[in-house]
Amino acid sequence: MSKAVLMQGNEAAVEGAIAAGMRIFAGYPITPSTEIAEQSALRLPQVGGRFIQMEDEISSIAAVLGASVAGVKAMTATSGPGFSLMQENLGYGAMAEIPCVIVDVQRAGPSTGLPTSPAQGDYMQARWGTHGDHPVIALSPSSVLETFYLMVRAFNLSEKYRTPVIFLMDEIVGHMREGVELPNPSSLIINHRRPSFHDGANKQCYYVPEGQLVPAMKPFGRGERYNITGLAHDESGFPTNNTQVAGKLVSRLLAKVEEHTDDIVRVEEYAMDDAETAVVCFGGTTRAVMSAILEARAAGKKVGMFRPITVWPFPEQQLKARLPQLKNILMVEHNHGQMLLEVQRVTGGATPVSFLGKVDGTVITPAEILAKLQEMEV
Amino acid sequence: MSNRYEMRFAGSGGQGVILASVIMAEAAVIAGLNTVQSQAYGPEARGGVSKAETVVSREKIWYSKVTLPNFLLALTQASLNTYTKTLAEGAVVMMDDSLDCPDYLDKSRVIAIPILRTAKEKVGKAFTANIVAVGAINAALQLFTDEELMEAVKRHIPAGTEEINKTALAAGKELIDPAAAAAFVHRLG
Repeated sequence: MSKAVLMQGNEAAVEGAIAAGMRIFAGYPITPSTEIAEQSALRLPQVGGRFIQMEDEISSIAAVLGASVAGVKAMTATSGPGFSLMQENLGYGAMAEIPCVIVDVQRAGPSTGLPTSPAQGDYMQARWGTHGDHPVIALSPSSVLETFYLMVRAFNLSEKYRTPVIFLMDEIVGHMREGVELPNPSSLIINHRRPSFHDGANKQCYYVPEGQLVPAMKPFGRGERYNITGLAHDESGFPTNNTQVAGKLVSRLLAKVEEHTDDIVRVEEYAMDDAETAVVCFGGTTRAVMSAILEARAAGKKVGMFRPITVWPFPEQQLKARLPQLKNILMVEHNHGQMLLEVQRVTGGATPVSFLGKVDGTVITPAEILAKLQEMEV
Repeated sequence: MSNRYEMRFAGSGGQGVILASVIMAEAAVIAGLNTVQSQAYGPEARGGVSKAETVVSREKIWYSKVTLPNFLLALTQASLNTYTKTLAEGAVVMMDDSLDCPDYLDKSRVIAIPILRTAKEKVGKAFTANIVAVGAINAALQLFTDEELMEAVKRHIPAGTEEINKTALAAGKELIDPAAAAAFVHRLG
């Protein structure tokens, strides 16, 4: 008998989070993310953690940020409408440098839209939903097993760079069940919080050593008191109107991600070595794209797949490296053209980019992708 | 896509067609096969159309949804009418015998059996209809062994309900005439 078990994407997200050390989940249920709250409520008490159902999504992310500064790895999960409500505190997390994971299992919008139907319309919201210039790391899985491993990575990146990480799922992967055999947790690499108890001259809570970008994190509520704020602040954590300090702070926040794209960005490529056409996709859409590419390849067409696993920052260098060999690109996503804008920005008009998208809550089929490729004369 | 075996389970919300689909997928996992299970339903908890899908293959499954089902279970007239319009060639349709079979279906590929009545009268609980259906489906298609199927059921039922579910599974199996089942047995490619 196989050791594998049937598991839903949403359940794998919880298992991955627990393996990564998540011990607080604070959330408010919303389709199609509710199973993440349900599974957290079941599993966290078994591992010494806590589940809290909050009164709404604003308080959910607030509780997660609070838990994290107190020293506990924390996560929340929601869908588009709740993700909108979380945006202000998401910016707070970026500004105050609080590690946490926010899962958005995307459904068809705008507004409450089609609650049980798939979409990928929150791609740009993940980048620009909160105001001001801020760093963003967003990851998007395309299978149940990948959801597990990528969630571990989400927590690791969040701790390493002291910034909220957005786990951008969609209804397709969240509600899909596949047979998986989860790894032994001891085989995983986990980034633990590096608590900082600076002594001597470097007592300040946001002290950043020369040549580094990420301050170590001082546990809040234990030992020394310090201040956390969403206002521009100096290394002591207290607000300042000093424009030089503010400018340096925001530049450093952005540099944490911009200067580490090699570490943060991951892509998956399939059959790209001799490809003349690249189909770009992410998340659950990948499933239809792969089926279409296998058929196109069987018919002798030089088509490959380029899939950002890290969807923010967009894998600019990786796509650029493929441009010389490409005659054209097809972007396939369940929205009206959002990652398309990034692909167009990177190609700069040098490579023709076609688009296939859907906003009606139905799933893009391999046949539709093949028809589009035919229309492009691939 | 010939190595894919696509199954669709349709009914009214609350009838448990999603669980039936999940159990078939779990049995596939237990049997060491690849499977992807998914569903589509409305926002309501009861009523409305509920549709679930299980794809089984010996090979890696990419596209997770059913395109042309090789098997359809329909427990309501609305779902039978809707989902018999797109079927793979030679698809097997299992329907509750209280429903009217559409004229355009090939009757030799239709299994009309009293799933709902068996659950209510023979097993004694109407809500076991999905498990009765699972027993009948596997008796006809013979995708899994009885042990694999029972283990799959056990993984998805509350503790203390093993006996009634075992009864439901057996009652479902009895609805299929072993001699007639030969025409429906599916061997994965």
